[in-house]
Amino acid sequence: MIRFVNVGMRYGLGDEVLHDISFELKPGSFHFLSGASGAGKSSLLKLIYLATRPSRGMITLFGQDLSTCQRKDIPALRRKIGVVFQDFRLLEHLTVLENVSLPLKVAGAKAVRMREHAAELLSWVGLENCIDALPSTLSGGEKQRVAIARAVVTRPQLLIADEPTGNVDDAIAMRLLHLFEELNRLGTTVMIATHNETLINSFDHTRLVLEAGELKRVT
Amino acid sequence: MLWQRNDLALDADPARRFLPWLLAMIVFLAGMALAGMMGLTSAVDRWDKGLTGTVTIQLPPVIGKSDQAIKNVRAILAQTPGILSTRVIKTSEARAMLEPWLGKGAFAKDLPLPRLIDVRIRTNAPPNMEGLGIVLGNAVPGTVVDDHRKSLERIISLARSVKLIALIIVVLVTLSAISMVIFITRTGLAIHYPGIELLHLIGAVDNYIARQFQGQAMELGLKGGLIGFILTAATVIALTQFANAFGGGFLPTIALNLNQWLVLISVPLGITLVGVITARFTVLAELRKMP
Repeated sequence: MIRFVNVGMRYGLGDEVLHDISFELKPGSFHFLSGASGAGKSSLLKLIYLATRPSRGMITLFGQDLSTCQRKDIPALRRKIGVVFQDFRLLEHLTVLENVSLPLKVAGAKAVRMREHAAELLSWVGLENCIDALPSTLSGGEKQRVAIARAVVTRPQLLIADEPTGNVDDAIAMRLLHLFEELNRLGTTVMIATHNETLINSFDHTRLVLEAGELKRVT
Repeated sequence: MLWQRNDLALDADPARRFLPWLLAMIVFLAGMALAGMMGLTSAVDRWDKGLTGTVTIQLPPVIGKSDQAIKNVRAILAQTPGILSTRVIKTSEARAMLEPWLGKGAFAKDLPLPRLIDVRIRTNAPPNMEGLGIVLGNAVPGTVVDDHRKSLERIISLARSVKLIALIIVVLVTLSAISMVIFITRTGLAIHYPGIELLHLIGAVDNYIARQFQGQAMELGLKGGLIGFILTAATVIALTQFANAFGGGFLPTIALNLNQWLVLISVPLGITLVGVITARFTVLAELRKMP
């Protein structure tokens, strides 16, 4: 599914924020990515969801070597990845239903199918009564669930979540993690970046630990 | 429909509220320049058609001797190669031509007018005008041969300059429209960067994002174009009516024909098309900078 070989990354001409990262994620696996703030978690996730390119090394995603991948082929790869952003990134002028159906719209799905799938996903995350609400009227936890529904509406092969429980209480955090596990059981590979040790210890999944831009251990 | 809504809130951009009005002004300026150019071209064509192949012979007013002088001049003209026909313009006709300038008063009636002979010449083999002038001047002293081509050439030359200026105006306003659309589109890209990045990351192709800006550019272009065209049409119609009502022969008729109106209608459509294409290429160029 994902293979990193000696990957290094820097922003512009700055210092490297990731050094010699090498790991492999099997299809259908579930991983936590942990590390202190500034350890490079978000940068590593950005490389995986194709928001940026590595400075060196080789990344293979869905069997494709990204260094030989043409720019026109990247959107199709991105559609196989669902991302839950730390800051949600909901479009404020669109309703909850429209936000959730956005990845389907981008993929060219028909309106009826978009509505059905988005409504189904909103029901799954417990927001079936908020489909016509604007994001500005939702709480942090509700926004988080909308972002999760949007990330999985296309049934992605890979789900990336950056601190998905950062804005919610422990009860909702556990509920969200169970949602991710449910998805994982359906075959989606999941990678969650978090520094919530309690949460990580509550689940028996592989853990990648980043320290100062280096992958220290995989447990 | 809800699902047709733009993913990016482009409507909310403050700069976009003024764009239709700016485009309306651009369409108006381009339209007026084109209308002026076309009106002038038509007028010059009419003058050209009316005056080509004719010269006017002007005999000085000599009381009691004019008829004999005319007879002599016509006799010479009849023998001159390249002359097709001659027609003596009656004094009453000449006075009618001067009425817009001098009015109908007694002064105008008493004013001694030169006698005029309208001469049609062979355009492919015209007579030697200078030679003819000398011969006629010898026969009837003070006779002048007025070759319209010389004055017409001056008018055509002036018209060409005006047309060139009009074309420069059209080019400049089109460039202004392009610059404005580039500026507004870049502003929109900067304002909506988070939304654009989101679309990009969930797998939107560049064309999908560009279409949102193109749609906006088309809507604003058509709005501005319509306002600009209405202003242009109203001004052209008003000027035409003013020239017809008050020009009284001083002002050339500037009425446009159907084809010329179609050219004017193409201005807002052309500006809209330019706006859409500009928006598209601006967005695509910016998106290419994204990974």
